[in-house]
Amino acid sequence: MSTNAVKPEQAGAGSHQVLTFVLGNETYGVDILRVQEIRGWSAVTKIPHAPSHVLGVLNLRGSIVPIVDLRMRFALDRAEYTAITVIIVVSVHSAAGRRDFGVVVDGVSDVVDVNTAEVKPAPELGSRAATDYIRGLVSVSDRMVVLLDIDRLIATDMASFSGNLNQGETSLVASAA
Amino acid sequence: MTIDLTQFHDAFFEESFEALDSMEAALLKLDIGAPEPELINTIFRVAHSIKGGSATFGFSDIASFTHSLETLLDELRSGGMQVSLAISDLLLKSVDVMRAMLRSTQAKQPLDMQKVSDLQFDLELTIAQKNSAPPKIAPVAVLAPAAPAVAAAPAAAAAPLAAPVTGASATSAAANAAPTAANPGPRGWEISFRPYRELFARGNDPLRMMRELAELGELTVHVDTSALPSFADLDSQSCYLAWKLELSGEAREEDIKQVFEWAEGDCDLELRQLGAPASISAAPANAQASDVTGTTPASDAAVADAILSGKPNAAAATETPTSNTVPGPDSEQSSPAPAVTPPSVAGVPAPVAHGGRSAPVGGASPAREPTLTAVKENKPDSPVAAIGDSGSIRVSVEKIDELMNTVGELVITQAMLSQLGSALEGPNAEKLRAGLAQLERNTRELQESVMRVRMLPISFVFSRFPRMVRDIAQRLGKQIDLKLTGEQTELDKTVLEKIGDPLVHLVRNSIDHGIEMPEARIAAGKPAAGTVHLDACHRGGNIAVEVSDDGGGLDKERILAKARQRGLVGQNDVLTDDQIHDLIFLPGFSTAEKTTDLSGRGVGMDVVRRNVKELGGKIELRSESGQGSRFIITLPLTLAIVDGQSVAVGSETYIIPLISIVESMRLKETAISRLSGHNEVFSFRGDYLPIIRLHELFGVEPRARALHEGLVVIAEGDGRRVGLFVDDLLGQQQVVIKSLEANYGHVEGVSGATILGDGSVALILDVTGIIHAASMRAAA
Repeated sequence: MSTNAVKPEQAGAGSHQVLTFVLGNETYGVDILRVQEIRGWSAVTKIPHAPSHVLGVLNLRGSIVPIVDLRMRFALDRAEYTAITVIIVVSVHSAAGRRDFGVVVDGVSDVVDVNTAEVKPAPELGSRAATDYIRGLVSVSDRMVVLLDIDRLIATDMASFSGNLNQGETSLVASAA
Repeated sequence: MTIDLTQFHDAFFEESFEALDSMEAALLKLDIGAPEPELINTIFRVAHSIKGGSATFGFSDIASFTHSLETLLDELRSGGMQVSLAISDLLLKSVDVMRAMLRSTQAKQPLDMQKVSDLQFDLELTIAQKNSAPPKIAPVAVLAPAAPAVAAAPAAAAAPLAAPVTGASATSAAANAAPTAANPGPRGWEISFRPYRELFARGNDPLRMMRELAELGELTVHVDTSALPSFADLDSQSCYLAWKLELSGEAREEDIKQVFEWAEGDCDLELRQLGAPASISAAPANAQASDVTGTTPASDAAVADAILSGKPNAAAATETPTSNTVPGPDSEQSSPAPAVTPPSVAGVPAPVAHGGRSAPVGGASPAREPTLTAVKENKPDSPVAAIGDSGSIRVSVEKIDELMNTVGELVITQAMLSQLGSALEGPNAEKLRAGLAQLERNTRELQESVMRVRMLPISFVFSRFPRMVRDIAQRLGKQIDLKLTGEQTELDKTVLEKIGDPLVHLVRNSIDHGIEMPEARIAAGKPAAGTVHLDACHRGGNIAVEVSDDGGGLDKERILAKARQRGLVGQNDVLTDDQIHDLIFLPGFSTAEKTTDLSGRGVGMDVVRRNVKELGGKIELRSESGQGSRFIITLPLTLAIVDGQSVAVGSETYIIPLISIVESMRLKETAISRLSGHNEVFSFRGDYLPIIRLHELFGVEPRARALHEGLVVIAEGDGRRVGLFVDDLLGQQQVVIKSLEANYGHVEGVSGATILGDGSVALILDVTGIIHAASMRAAA
């Protein structure tokens, strides 16, 4: 690590590090502390009755990790999975505890420092659900980065996974609190 | 069936020592005044399981002691008593005593039962005083813990333990002076040893000194714990204790002084010949010690003199011992011991210099760190400690899991390397392949070894029951036949370890509450001997362990009445049978009229449920009045290993547990019929079984759609048989079950997942779930 790099804990209270990745034409960001691992694409095992954006499960050093295609999650055009398709493994905190998830993205771009004060809220676009998992928008080198609230993103999914609405709602409430 | 129970002794001792450690930890965490209920529950459970275990193995002393302890804890748990410092110390002392008892039982050596019964008496006294007195019996019981523990050391060498526990000796050093003066007894010495706090820091060990003293004659030890600060203020590195020692016999003063030689300057030491009225003040005592010498006004004054003169002159006095420090009258009166010579006095003024620092000692109160120190010191000397090493070590399950995951990764890496190696060309390729083949063998062996570490037949748990059942039945005057089946069912060690205690509870409950007395049974038209049946099997991708009896069943009315009385259920609420059954799993719920050492405290069932839940399982109860009850514990396969049959459906691979497979066959077209249009059935040994097409159920594109092109696996789940239609059978293998729920969620018809040799994931099917899902679909 170069001396210029700022460790998350050393960065000022108002700033944190974000891993940015590309999905179609957009750039998204997730809190780097949530990122467990970045790995190449490999074939997944399908899960019966899973929502379409849940591609299946992978073996991640002995534990079984579900893989979510973010393009499908965000209703973008499907992309071919190639050798450069990347899976970012993130950890999600919910009422049920910690879970690991893999998200398929087009490519990983960078790690950037984000000043919390510069984060703008996502504009209301009618449907609240569409922007629920967006923590805010921030401009990095003149590009807009959509900061994701990974807990909410997955918590929303949880409801559809288990088919148990109550469970899903609890985790929603918990992550909103 | 004869089973040598001794093979389980080691496990019991290991578990008990561990449990005591956790009890001690919980006690130390316990907040006086505002104790966390969960901590109290933890402590209670330890006492309860040690009691259960020791009763099972026939260690009646331990069982009896823990019963008293448990009664006290029960009061604390129910809020009948408040946790006071006194009680918490008493409990800690109990931990020490239980440890000592277990250790001596383990080593098959006799233990000084006096100590045990004294403490048991204290426990019962505390319980008895619950209503009559506020929990301020403190001074007696509370200050004691330090005493016996420290005293244990010299006791091991010579003296009996009894004395120090008495309240009087513990409360005030001053009180000791009088009895000593009044009891001339045999010739001997009374030694007042008041170390300064820094004693430990200088490498001095009071225990060693006392041991040495005990070699000089018979030693009686009284400890003064009045200087102990509150626990929060306690510094574990400091010595807060003072001792009053009585050494009988013809010991010479020099010898005694030699014992304390290294502590000179770190303590106030006072020697007095028993029978002689005055003391030899080897070191000017501090204010508190002067109380001790207060028997003679002259010496009192002298000591006061010494303090007054000693303090300001500390530095000068070190160089020149003067008559100020050892007042004349004292030396004269101590004529039999002319050995109070300048050399030994020369070291004396130093303590005076310390006197100022040690002053706060007087103003403090109790704690237990010194006790621990003393106990720890005692351990290596104990002949018991060395015994009981069975050549096994206990390893945390996480470590094994970690090992297993790493080995799993290794297998995958190795498979990848083999694949690469097989494609290589060149002069060294052959060598490489030979090396890879060797690597493959080694990894397989390694993997199997690691897996074997985890798996044990459930007979390990079951075999402790015959003796236990026999003993309980005898005691209660009941006749019980114990039936064990499915003992060879292999269980993951984690599961096995945790299922033992719940099963003990269930079996005890069955015998105590379930099975009726022989007369009642005959009157009800049942055989005089009741049957308790323990069964284990793999069922629907789970492990089911069942405890059933043919006793009276649950008394629903009584449970309900009790629940209403305790306000758990509204007076007018109507509960289903299942809801009523559920009540008995609540903490502290018991319908027993009086507590026995078997059951009735209402502790069992909530612990049972808790343990089962911790394993991710569930417990069901089926009971019919007059017919008996069945407890069915269902445990998931997580962490367990299962023999599986791999099947192919389209591009997917699934694992069907072998245990649920009856057989596999290719169907002839003619064997298939349709019920009401599309429900396919086939004839199998005279029965018609429904066909479940896995590809339809799981939404996979199959290679074969026509039933005669694929294969049908006849599987059994929940007592029903079905034909699972698959493309092909791939092979049988042992697979490690991984949880799908840890990161994802439950999937109907799937009990878990496993990682295949090539690193890919395969789902393990749950036949019961599949049958359920298929019938739901058919009904929809």
